[in-house]
Amino acid sequence: MDLVLQLLFTGIGIGAVYALVALGFVLIFRATNVVNFAQGEFSMVAAYLMVVFAVDLGWPYWLSFLLALAGMALLGVIFNLGVYYPLRHRSFLPVIIATIGASILLANSVLAIYGPQPQVLEGWFETPGIQLGPVYLDSQYLLIIAVTIVLVIFNYWFFEHTMLGKKLQATSQDKEMASLLGISVSAMIMITFIYSAVLGGLAGILVAPILFVSIQMGSTIALKAFAATIIGGFGDVAGAIIGGLALGIIETFGAAYISVPYKDGFAFLVLVAFLVFRPQGIFGERVAEKA
Amino acid sequence: MSAPSENLAVPAMAPRGKPLLLRHLPYFAGSAVLVALAATVQFDGYIHNILMEATTFAIAVFGLSVVLGLCGQINLAQAAFFGLGAYAVGLGTSDYYLSYWLCLAGGCVIALLAGAFLGMSTLRLGGHYLAMVTISFQQIVTLVMINSIWLTHGPDGVSRIGRPELFQSSQSYLAFCVAMLALVGYVVWHLADTRLGRAMRAVRDNELAAGVVGVDVFRTKVIAFALCAVLGGLAGGLFAGGFAYVSPDQFSFAESVVFLTMSLLGGVASPIGSAIGTGLLILIPEWLRFLKSVPGLYLAIYGLSVILIIRYMPDGIWGFVKLATERWWLKARALAAGPALQLAPAAKGGDIVLSVRGLSKHFGGLKAVDNVDIDVRRGGVHALIGPNGSGKTTTLNVLSGIYKATSGTVVLDGTDMSDMPPHQRAAAGLGRTFQNIRLFRTMTALENVVIGAERPGNTLTGKGDDAALTARAMSALTFVGLGSRANELISSFSYGHQRLIEIARALAANPTLLLLDEPAAGLNSSEKLELHALLKRIAAQGLTILIIDHDMTLVSEAAQHITVLNFGKRIADGESLSVLRHPDVVSAYLGTE
Repeated sequence: MDLVLQLLFTGIGIGAVYALVALGFVLIFRATNVVNFAQGEFSMVAAYLMVVFAVDLGWPYWLSFLLALAGMALLGVIFNLGVYYPLRHRSFLPVIIATIGASILLANSVLAIYGPQPQVLEGWFETPGIQLGPVYLDSQYLLIIAVTIVLVIFNYWFFEHTMLGKKLQATSQDKEMASLLGISVSAMIMITFIYSAVLGGLAGILVAPILFVSIQMGSTIALKAFAATIIGGFGDVAGAIIGGLALGIIETFGAAYISVPYKDGFAFLVLVAFLVFRPQGIFGERVAEKA
Repeated sequence: MSAPSENLAVPAMAPRGKPLLLRHLPYFAGSAVLVALAATVQFDGYIHNILMEATTFAIAVFGLSVVLGLCGQINLAQAAFFGLGAYAVGLGTSDYYLSYWLCLAGGCVIALLAGAFLGMSTLRLGGHYLAMVTISFQQIVTLVMINSIWLTHGPDGVSRIGRPELFQSSQSYLAFCVAMLALVGYVVWHLADTRLGRAMRAVRDNELAAGVVGVDVFRTKVIAFALCAVLGGLAGGLFAGGFAYVSPDQFSFAESVVFLTMSLLGGVASPIGSAIGTGLLILIPEWLRFLKSVPGLYLAIYGLSVILIIRYMPDGIWGFVKLATERWWLKARALAAGPALQLAPAAKGGDIVLSVRGLSKHFGGLKAVDNVDIDVRRGGVHALIGPNGSGKTTTLNVLSGIYKATSGTVVLDGTDMSDMPPHQRAAAGLGRTFQNIRLFRTMTALENVVIGAERPGNTLTGKGDDAALTARAMSALTFVGLGSRANELISSFSYGHQRLIEIARALAANPTLLLLDEPAAGLNSSEKLELHALLKRIAAQGLTILIIDHDMTLVSEAAQHITVLNFGKRIADGESLSVLRHPDVVSAYLGTE
């Protein structure tokens, strides 16, 4: 029982990271109808930026954190202008291929600059964790869960209760109508890319002290996050969060009770099971193309 | 629209070409020369390895040209399929002492099964699912190769891989691989012009329209994907025999990216492009060896190339060259007009050709179509009208199977097709056009109409060989007045002409019932008159038409029978003039006082 509780805590912590990245996926998908295959690389780049600022240059953790997020915002702008925007009138296949190209470019540029050796990033807190009854609560996991809860609340408030959030929603639902109402669609799409790059970056910075900072972390996280969005229901915000948590828990239990080396394979099995038996996910609804 | 005089076409069959094998003789002669060269010229080991790699990689990239180029579906796990074939040959010959041929065939079968399974679980869904699932599959295969040491030897890889008795020397084995390359290249090259290849291109250009003209979209996609996987497996098996040693890093995601880049660079739509792309991306890195000294730099450049190719050269090198030459080549090749179009709609059932009972379609709480009955009499023009948002187009989409009905039955000429998907309804004799034109945009007018003529169940195309299909398609194009422009690409036609091509595509299929969704929308007044004349000529041949339109002049003159919908319900039904004077109809259109 103690082990189960401990695993549950770990699973929720790692699941929260998947949920954050999945949220970034969903936001871009809703705004542009495109799946951004470089979403995971946003997390990886942010973690490396942290390593550069906090470890290599030895700047304070909070300053490095803010600089890394600012860097991610800049990357979001460049990504939109260089990859998505020129192809916005093309069909979805070229755009997907371009984002895959971008993902390869980002991962391997970092590899070329930093080399294959995984890097270590310290956690935010000095205290490693606290013992609560039978369960040991690692401070970094607690931080991840807390940040995710805050962000989910912020996300809700932002999209439902601010003018900018409503404009973003309008853009994602009907671009033509939004532009007729005086909303600048290209500005809204730019904001979406910045926001999801920052979200992805945040997830990467939070998870970096638990995993090693490595080139592969991006694609690993992205695959899990994508599986999470399918499990939750494609394009659904609540679905992405529930799916991310579910996947984190499944994976942690799978690693503990079945096999450690195949830990990353469980996401795939769950994914295929959902595709075969419930492709619309837990919350989602498939919408037919209009003839 | 062009002059209708073209319809008085001379009844002449399209000329029967020389037998296929004879026309393609130069290809086989060229291949034989290449095989002979590979078998006789002495290469040093370095050159030999490059040739070996290029030959086997090209076969794997041919697979991508089928799935991505022809069918428009993505595969980011080609290196995994390549690896399955390679490990089947590697482990089979070195650990289990099985025959090379058995292992090669086994590798192809394993790749086929894996590809078919992935395809069947994913291809009903959107393209981004396929991209992610193939990446996941790629990762799983790599995980198994590295971690299942008892089976795969783990990171050490497999060595002492055998070759067939017949091709023990490196030289003869290379010649064998070149022969395989030529064979696969021929199949892939020829595939585009077969029925299956046309179906793949139709799916790539417009899935909805492909289903409606009788293409089983899901099956076509699964076949394309499985074919790609098999070619990957075959290529991997040949590769393993060629190098006698394989290890997991040769089949990683990075290699899948290399395959994808090769295919995009050369031009994804053609095996010639694949060969060019493969050759370049094997040679260029050999020339720029210094790049390999920095890990990652190489792939970073590949990633950047993918973005740049997609943006500036979406059809690749070969596509670029081909576009320039094809335009004049196609125009220069005139086609015989084909015999006058015959329409012989099937007539198995009674007087009522289409019987719709209690048809409903609800979207959540919205009742877009609510308990509608329609009876369409044989041989007439029946109009379905109603104000905007009354459920007309939804009804048509439910009739053609694009939407699944919430309840109700649809019987066409005695066949209950209530539960059929679009392509089966097409096979049962239902033809349709779309309000917003849905043609296969990268194909010529003729190719579009040939796909229509290929409808399963079309009795007028004889054995269905190419000559008969082309003749049928030419007849249909001539019937709508566009026979002389058959070989032009869709993009060069005006909006009104594209409408006519869509109608020709439906007519070539010789349907039992033709559904026309707002055919007059967007046409100017003279084009409308010509459309009216065309409808008369169609009806004169006994084909039943169910038409939706807003143009009341067209509807009242063309239709004998009218059904009126409002808010998803049928509010009037009967003979044209009396329906148009019906007080409910008048108030639905003009409002009440």
